[in-house]
Amino acid sequence: MTDNKLINLINISKSYGDNVVLDELNLYIRENEFLTLLGPSGCGKTTTLRIIGGFENPDKGQVIFEGKDITKLPPNERQLNTVFQKYALFTHMTIAENIAFGLKIKKKSKDYINDKIKYALKLVNLDGFENRMPDSLSGGQQQRIAIARAIVNEPKVLLLDEPLGALDLKLRQDMQYELIRLKNELGITFIYVTHDQEEALTMSDTVVVMNQGYIQQIGSPEDIYNEPQNAFVADFIGESNILPSIMIEDKLVNILGTSFACVDTGFGRNKPVDVVIRPEDIDLVKPEDGIIKGVVTSLLFKGVHYEMEVNANGHDWLVHSTDLVPVGNEVGIWVDPYDIQIMNKPESEDEEAVELDI
Amino acid sequence: MVKRIMEKFYVGLILLFLYAPIFVLIVLSFNQAKSRSKWGGFTLHWYRELFKNKYIMNALYTTLIIALLSALIATIIGTVAAIAISSMRKPPRTILIGITNIPLLNADIVTGLSLMLLFVALRFTLGFTSVLISHITFNIPYVILSVMPKIRQLSPNTYEAALDLGASPIYAFFKVILPDIFPGVLTGFFLAFTMSLDDFVITHFTKGPQINTLSTKIYTEVRKGIKPEIYALSTLMFIAVLLLLVIINRRNADKKDTIKKFD
Repeated sequence: MTDNKLINLINISKSYGDNVVLDELNLYIRENEFLTLLGPSGCGKTTTLRIIGGFENPDKGQVIFEGKDITKLPPNERQLNTVFQKYALFTHMTIAENIAFGLKIKKKSKDYINDKIKYALKLVNLDGFENRMPDSLSGGQQQRIAIARAIVNEPKVLLLDEPLGALDLKLRQDMQYELIRLKNELGITFIYVTHDQEEALTMSDTVVVMNQGYIQQIGSPEDIYNEPQNAFVADFIGESNILPSIMIEDKLVNILGTSFACVDTGFGRNKPVDVVIRPEDIDLVKPEDGIIKGVVTSLLFKGVHYEMEVNANGHDWLVHSTDLVPVGNEVGIWVDPYDIQIMNKPESEDEEAVELDI
Repeated sequence: MVKRIMEKFYVGLILLFLYAPIFVLIVLSFNQAKSRSKWGGFTLHWYRELFKNKYIMNALYTTLIIALLSALIATIIGTVAAIAISSMRKPPRTILIGITNIPLLNADIVTGLSLMLLFVALRFTLGFTSVLISHITFNIPYVILSVMPKIRQLSPNTYEAALDLGASPIYAFFKVILPDIFPGVLTGFFLAFTMSLDDFVITHFTKGPQINTLSTKIYTEVRKGIKPEIYALSTLMFIAVLLLLVIINRRNADKKDTIKKFD
């Protein structure tokens, strides 16, 4: 990844009738970056991708590609290629013809095209599939052909619209590794759209969390997970305890009536904030050793860990732990200062979008 | 065992009812005697007579030309219309589909009469062109009806994928969309062709005195008394349609086989 901005979206707005899908969106994508647009359905992530691909025109704003304004350029004149969710292979053509489609339009020589087909099939681990028909392939294979068909055109950017959405879990996980490998071998920019937070965290250099047409947070997967900037991001990415609290002073926050030490500064004095604590960051200790005391009210075995709810200070705290504490037992809750993430309260209704519709 | 015999018997009964009339017709077309109840020996006489009959040959020619032209033009208009309709937003789409279906449900006699009145009002001379226009008119809904489902089956991104790979909209249509919906277009064409071959009522009202298609010709002949030539003609038409069907079915079966081979 370089610092060179390859694509720049400036003040993009788009609405369908009364429905505002994107509102003044600003985003840049760097060369060689794996950027993921993540959010629930209807958040505007696919529309953003389609605007970059040229399948939708924004009502307002500009799309800058390598310094040039391509806002009005039709998709067939853009130097990027798309992998669609439903594969969109040409069913009446063989695999080889599918892959050759773009190259034939560019009037490449027969030898060049044949070499490219071989190379692309090898890259997606489907050597020898040249003469098969798309219907005879499994979903995962079809999706890999769709990728092969896109990359033979040597695009600077590959757009992927929920490409793994239609695959089953195991295949999806395998394909995640494949995509990372492909990205590294090709050395091009990937813009990836998904509603699956695990996919986003696993593959991306940068994650853009979106909701209701607004960007909620941009950051590395670690940033997004560990330091969510608002309740929406915290809730959407993984499980969390989101607690209304008051920032008493720097490095001290009052959560549900009890003071906790934290590491955040600069929020001011006695300011209402939201606190995020991940369930795996809560340690259950002896009642007298905890910061607050609580009673275990439910217990579920989840395989890797136990999921417990602990009622303390009138709130049910979600706790993930590998140690079992039976229901009804009294425990102490301990949270390390650096595991407490402080967020500003949402300032407008638009930003407050905790309601999930997935 | 009894069940199987019953099954065979039932199928035999259905086939008998379906094909007995046609079988009688075919037999009669080779009957040397003019009578409809007596077998007078095998002959090809009526076929020879048929091909010598200038009026019938003329009508056959007109019928085929009109069927071919009207089916072809209706297929083009109908396919384009189907594509346009399916890319519309929901409310106008539903209304338009309803409107295009009206001619299908309308009684032939109403369509025929109103077309004739329209031609007369426009001072359009009834003849070959008016029949052709009428046939195109009632054929278009059949084409739309058979192309529409194919368009719905298209993956919504197929066209976009073609554009994405650098195809111009026209190239994308002919290389990607048309081959995918082609079975529907072909079905629409054959349906239109058959409908046009078949039509009597609308042709009757719009043809004027100058020309005849087979159906109107047969109608006038029958009023004078049925000649065995007509049996021969009907037999040939039946065989032609049968051959057409066999060809289409074979084509479809071949396609399925090639797909299966790869499984």
